[in-house]
Amino acid sequence: MTTRIFGSGIRRREDPRLITGQASYTDDIKLTSMVHAAILRSPHAHARITSINTDAAKASPGVLAVYTGADIEGVLNPIPCAWAIPDSDLKAVAYPAIASDVVRYVGDAVAVVVAENRYQAEDALELIDVGYAPLPSIINPEAAMADGAPQLHEDAPNNQAFHWVAAGGDTDAAFADAAVTVSETINQQKLIPTPMETRSAIASWSSAMGELTLWNTTQNPHIARFVTCLVTGIAEHKIRVIAPEVGGGFGAKIAVYPWEMITAFCSMQLGVPVKWTETRSENYIATTHGRDHVEYVEMAADANGKVTAVRSVVYAGMGAYLSTAAPGIPTILHGLMYSGPYDIANITADVYGVFTNSTPVEAYRGAGRPEATFLLERLMDKVGDAVGIDSVEVRRRNLIEPFDNNRDVAIGITYDSGNYSAALDQLLGHIGYDQFRHDQEHEREHGTLRGIGVACYCEICGLGPSQVAGAVGFGGGLWESATVRIYATGKVNVFIGTSPHGQGEETTFAQIVADEIGVDVDDVEVIHGDTDITPMGWGTYGSRTTVVGGAAVALTMRKLRDKARVIAAHLLEADEADIEYEDGQFFVRGARDRSQSIQDVALQANVAWNLPEGIEPGMEASTYYDPPNFSYPFGAHAAIVSVDPDNGHITLDRYVAVDDCGPQINPMIVEGQVHGGVVQGAGQALWEGAVYDDNGQLLTGTMMDYAIPRAHLVPDIEVHSTETPSPHNPLGVKGIGETGTIASTAAIYSAVMDALKPLGITGLDMPLTPEKVWRAIQASGYTGNGHGHDHGHDHGHGHNH
Amino acid sequence: MPNKVPITITVNGRSHSAEVEPRTLLVHFLRETLNLTGTKIGCDTSQCGACVVKMNGVTVKSCTAFAVQADGAEVTTIEGLADGGNLTAVQEAFWNNHGLQCGYCTAGMIMTVTEIIERNPNPSAEEVRAGLEGNMCRCTGYNNIVRAALAAAAAGQGG
Repeated sequence: MTTRIFGSGIRRREDPRLITGQASYTDDIKLTSMVHAAILRSPHAHARITSINTDAAKASPGVLAVYTGADIEGVLNPIPCAWAIPDSDLKAVAYPAIASDVVRYVGDAVAVVVAENRYQAEDALELIDVGYAPLPSIINPEAAMADGAPQLHEDAPNNQAFHWVAAGGDTDAAFADAAVTVSETINQQKLIPTPMETRSAIASWSSAMGELTLWNTTQNPHIARFVTCLVTGIAEHKIRVIAPEVGGGFGAKIAVYPWEMITAFCSMQLGVPVKWTETRSENYIATTHGRDHVEYVEMAADANGKVTAVRSVVYAGMGAYLSTAAPGIPTILHGLMYSGPYDIANITADVYGVFTNSTPVEAYRGAGRPEATFLLERLMDKVGDAVGIDSVEVRRRNLIEPFDNNRDVAIGITYDSGNYSAALDQLLGHIGYDQFRHDQEHEREHGTLRGIGVACYCEICGLGPSQVAGAVGFGGGLWESATVRIYATGKVNVFIGTSPHGQGEETTFAQIVADEIGVDVDDVEVIHGDTDITPMGWGTYGSRTTVVGGAAVALTMRKLRDKARVIAAHLLEADEADIEYEDGQFFVRGARDRSQSIQDVALQANVAWNLPEGIEPGMEASTYYDPPNFSYPFGAHAAIVSVDPDNGHITLDRYVAVDDCGPQINPMIVEGQVHGGVVQGAGQALWEGAVYDDNGQLLTGTMMDYAIPRAHLVPDIEVHSTETPSPHNPLGVKGIGETGTIASTAAIYSAVMDALKPLGITGLDMPLTPEKVWRAIQASGYTGNGHGHDHGHDHGHGHNH
Repeated sequence: MPNKVPITITVNGRSHSAEVEPRTLLVHFLRETLNLTGTKIGCDTSQCGACVVKMNGVTVKSCTAFAVQADGAEVTTIEGLADGGNLTAVQEAFWNNHGLQCGYCTAGMIMTVTEIIERNPNPSAEEVRAGLEGNMCRCTGYNNIVRAALAAAAAGQGG
């Protein structure tokens, strides 16, 4: 018996091209006659355009054309928002690809130059003379709704993009009856996703054929084609979108942006292929951001710490326009997750979407669920403090009991399966929770600032049932598809609609295929990212590719196995009911020497010389899989941190993750997803934040200023798991791509607050930068002696200044 | 048109002569003129290290060097590491240890890790992390990049 390929941590099949420099990302691609576009962007957060003079730019060496908002009018339709949350008074404001009258954030497009090379295009940008009459601007989403705030859109009074309320139970009554209530104001700071590859597009228009080919750094090429059709007016079947190698997305490559539509426009005007690639600073102002909530949140509990209710008022910044999926993030993916892994009977989420003069917000890894987890975990810590029980104990008292098939929660959704306390128990063992608390008591006596934070989470993933998608206003389906072809030689191509970009599905999907029909994993090639070749699919986000797309692959293989069984029976001159299958071989029951391999059958199916009656030639099948429910991965994470009182610097001493994504197809890839997610979440807790000045200028506009985690700032991440299959998924899988960011920000923040607890510091805004922490320590009157006593020990920390 | 300057650079063992604008960045020369697109641009400000190549035996960030500065130099890019089909120990270790996800930072990471091990054949995890300070990755959390570096070093030690 060989090791089962499903569940094996084999090395990735996509890696050889990536470690040798042979992979082609969009900017690596060159076409004959290709020219280069560069986009002129507004330097003002809010201004009226009074004049544009492009004469000098047009005369600049190598320049082929300069276009402004006037040129696209009537040619490019406004960029649509694809997630119109129902019953929310959503304002679908006009989002022109190039602004012609008003610019609404630093980064709004004002003009585009096309030149023979990129240097020439950028030279010419500087020669465009734009007159601006600056208008007052607003960045903070709560302030943007206040009376007298600058107004972005005439048809969105008070800058309100939408107002959405979801509720279950009787929250007000629960608060009125509560023994304990706690509250918090949470600033979910604006984050910049920062995939290492910036965005890029190449548009190639064939006027003879009326066809557009668009190479695009996207997580969802089929959605990109659909939206390109709406914006350009080109029929959908005449558009081919190709997502070549894509260098990370994290949500920032979901949206269909004005920029690739402008690139397409340029190609259509000039009749030659046009490439546009962002600089990093352009990426920081023009590619979508994440989070940006101001939240007022409250939790009610009884005297034993049993939580009875949670409620919020959330001001969610949308930026200047509604990006493709933006309205769904603080609502469906956030407000509906206010139960987390806990049994909470009364829940109200009250969310305002707000226009601000900043870069549009979209999904960013976790998208809504990190924010929900953070507020629950923050409030859980406060309830523990209020009733005087340990932070782990308060969580334990509220976790939902184990269940293996469907559990309704108050807000109106149904979790698939969960065993939350098992994950927590395992976590506490790995991190040595009790020992840490014991040691901490002594350390605190000496003034050492060390803390531990635990976060439990449950997330909504595997997006999702299409009927639900429609009911919540998502402008498309959320099913996935796969077409699998087994050739006469027994080799296999898998064509998938979804579009991985670093998550390794070229490997894990080959493992599914190998597991289902017993071929060698090296005989399988997974094809994705080209709308002309692959069947329709809705893309990679929301931890859905393996859950939904993987299910489509598995079901397709089962169809092929069924067909192969019929052919094998015919070839073996046996009754189909007497055919047994094992490891790629079809046997006659009781006569195992009479067999046909899947390769034998594939050859016969493809040549079709001798097929049973009614069986079509070929060995190909497709599945369009619409999941009956979302999946709900869960887990528990813990962080241990040290705070240096001399400089406020936080050291992440240990990080332990216990995640449950159901059965793991490739544990090495699962572990890698957790590593990366945890460190990204650490970035939000400790270092990252989009900082704007009072004029709406982004101050963190380069990688010098925006602090993503670096290698020397993080420890090895200790990754463990439990396994609770999803009952409704053919593979039982739940998704793992976002768990890290969903749990780690809350766990690390909680650990820092635990470290600072003896100082009476009860809350600080993220990111917990050294300066902010040092100032709080200074203001606390910390003496370094712990409990005000001098024990004469020197731990290298805690000297008074 | 700006004046062009003749340069000759040996890249991956092959000599290339060209006339370039003085402002041409080395990374653009490699990518646009020589079509060696394995070297990436991630930040433009020499933070991220996606553009790291080796020039005269030491790593440089090719987005922060002019092509004219490489005149007469020997440059090695990611495309020049593997000898035919034979991966280097560092490339092999990145593959074996899942030291990459989207792959965009990988060329620079492999160039830098190669140099870390050349300078210190038996580095600790802390030394590897310190050595990676100028290389950013957004996918892996660095965990498996450090693992890969340690594995490559161990392989070099016959371990």
